[in-house]
Amino acid sequence: MDLGGINPAVLIASLMVASVPIMLAALGELVVEKAGVLNLGVEGMMIMGAICGFVTAVETGSPFLGFIGGALGAMALSLIFAFLTQVLQANQVATGLALTLFGLGLSSLIGQGYVGIKPPATAIVPFGPLADIPVVGRILFSHDPVVYLSIALVAGVWAVLKFSRTGLVIRAVGESHDAAHALGYKVTRIRILAILFGGAMAGLGGAYVSLVRVPQWTDGITAGAGWIALAIVVFASWKPWRILIGAYLFGGITVLQLNLQAAGARIPVEYLSMSPYLITILVLVIMSSGKGRASLNAPVALGQNFHASR
Amino acid sequence: MKRRTLLTTAALGLGLAFGGAAHAQAMDKVKACFVYVGPIGDGGWTYQHDQGRLAVEAAYGDKVETAYQENVPEGADAERVLTQMALSGCNIIFTTSFGYMDPTNNVAAKFPAVKFEHATGYKRDSENVSTFGARFYEGRAVIGTIAGRMTKTNKIGYIASFPIPEVIRGINSTFIHAKKVNPDVTISVVWAYTWFDPAKEADAAKALIEQGIDVIVQHTDSTAPLAEAAKTDGIIGFGQASDMAAYKPSPRVSSIIDNWAPYYVKRVGALLDGTYAQVDSWEGISAGEVEIGEITDAVPAEVKAEAEAIRDAIGSGTYHPFTGPLNKQDGSVWLTEGQTAPDGDLLGMNFYVEGVTGDIPQ
Repeated sequence: MDLGGINPAVLIASLMVASVPIMLAALGELVVEKAGVLNLGVEGMMIMGAICGFVTAVETGSPFLGFIGGALGAMALSLIFAFLTQVLQANQVATGLALTLFGLGLSSLIGQGYVGIKPPATAIVPFGPLADIPVVGRILFSHDPVVYLSIALVAGVWAVLKFSRTGLVIRAVGESHDAAHALGYKVTRIRILAILFGGAMAGLGGAYVSLVRVPQWTDGITAGAGWIALAIVVFASWKPWRILIGAYLFGGITVLQLNLQAAGARIPVEYLSMSPYLITILVLVIMSSGKGRASLNAPVALGQNFHASR
Repeated sequence: MKRRTLLTTAALGLGLAFGGAAHAQAMDKVKACFVYVGPIGDGGWTYQHDQGRLAVEAAYGDKVETAYQENVPEGADAERVLTQMALSGCNIIFTTSFGYMDPTNNVAAKFPAVKFEHATGYKRDSENVSTFGARFYEGRAVIGTIAGRMTKTNKIGYIASFPIPEVIRGINSTFIHAKKVNPDVTISVVWAYTWFDPAKEADAAKALIEQGIDVIVQHTDSTAPLAEAAKTDGIIGFGQASDMAAYKPSPRVSSIIDNWAPYYVKRVGALLDGTYAQVDSWEGISAGEVEIGEITDAVPAEVKAEAEAIRDAIGSGTYHPFTGPLNKQDGSVWLTEGQTAPDGDLLGMNFYVEGVTGDIPQ
């Protein structure tokens, strides 16, 4: 089955790969925002994950350790954010933006000696004969482990937020930190843990860019993926499965427009490049009209600092 | 008499003013500033400009001071950066991307004492703006030849950045020379709308490979397309702007190297010794501004020899990459037999040559 020279199975398979970084980062940010913290430093954390993951993978020769290193590197950066906003009560928006700038600069510094080096290859999960099934095999059984991990994590975050006590506590902290505090929950500690989780996920996403998707290190490699992740969180109205849809939509349209061009389709590329952003705006308008902020589903305490003395 | 004296004095004054403009003063020390569109570590375009900056430092030592700013977006931000540089005492400012054209001219009008050098543009609104470029299409002719000989599927993929004459020239030159050695060849152009976005460039390469393309030519700045090509056997590509030697011997089988050092050294030198004047410089292989990187052993010896012969013919001036007969995409005649393209046509090129499919986005 071909659509204007594009094999849909191949297209879906490549959009799944293209979406992984933004999906992971958006998922992490979703948990952070659910806990009531707005961390705009996703881009900075992603690129720290990209360089730390790259360095670890190159030095150890193991892509698995690379992903761990990437997650840890970005976590370390998010710890700065946690310290500034949760302990020193700094403004979250300004701190987040600064974190991005700092991350971009620091990653460039760390990456000085790593330009032009090839990282060890991340193997594809061997599904044996399953991968040879036509269409389905190409779409479902021909990926590296992180693609499956990212989907599993979406399910995991969804389940934890919806069904578990932990999820309830995180949501409570994000909706009303005063009430959560009155009930005896350690608001600051919970938020710091959420920020660290967000950092780890952004780091994984960043490491995926430098280890699998591009496999190399260049300055500024994430090229704005962190900002798209932030947009996806809003697009998904803070619901995990919609993150999956949002990421596939963004990743899919990027891949689709390039594929359409390569296949020689006569479609103006400018419109396709804009479309994910247009859709986001459209969704935001639809969601925010009518029933007001409640329908937007944004955590009520989002972006507000908390101090026990208040 | 008095009036005459006054007139004489005025004339003398005018003469001095004009003379002063024509013969710039020699300077003891020059501060040369550079505006980069990407990071120095991109391994491509910006990296090569920075090599040029380092060459200036090496050539003049204490007599020159350099400064640069990376990742400057094309547009209003560039104007801010340029103004800042001009205010901070830069004597000459090199703006190294096409999109800085209007900001460069706007800021130059406000700072007549500062010299501006804009890469790959064509606007010189005030006297202190010079433009410089390199005839990359000469290099494209060489790699187009290799591409045409090397492709087994007869499909060449081209990752283009923005639909500007510079890029369109490259596509045409590549296609003409691939077609010359392989009449069955077709070219697929993907517009990435970015100079530097490794993930997008890798995706573009991937999309092309999935369409059965086995030779990838890029006009974007990162090494990502080569990294993507390296994942699949039998795909080759070329270093762009820089040698990209890390991907030797394959997928990178050769490269087009921009060597800005001779020009930068010449211009800063002219400012130092007072011979500086506005120019519109466009040099190619013959002046050493465009170099062809080592052609690796992945290319058969006879193809390598053929490519080198073209390189040398262009370098010595015996061959022009755009020599007729050549038709435009719509079949109308552009160049007749033996006619070579005038620079004006090349600088404003906004059409594909016959045989290239697809439309140029407007």
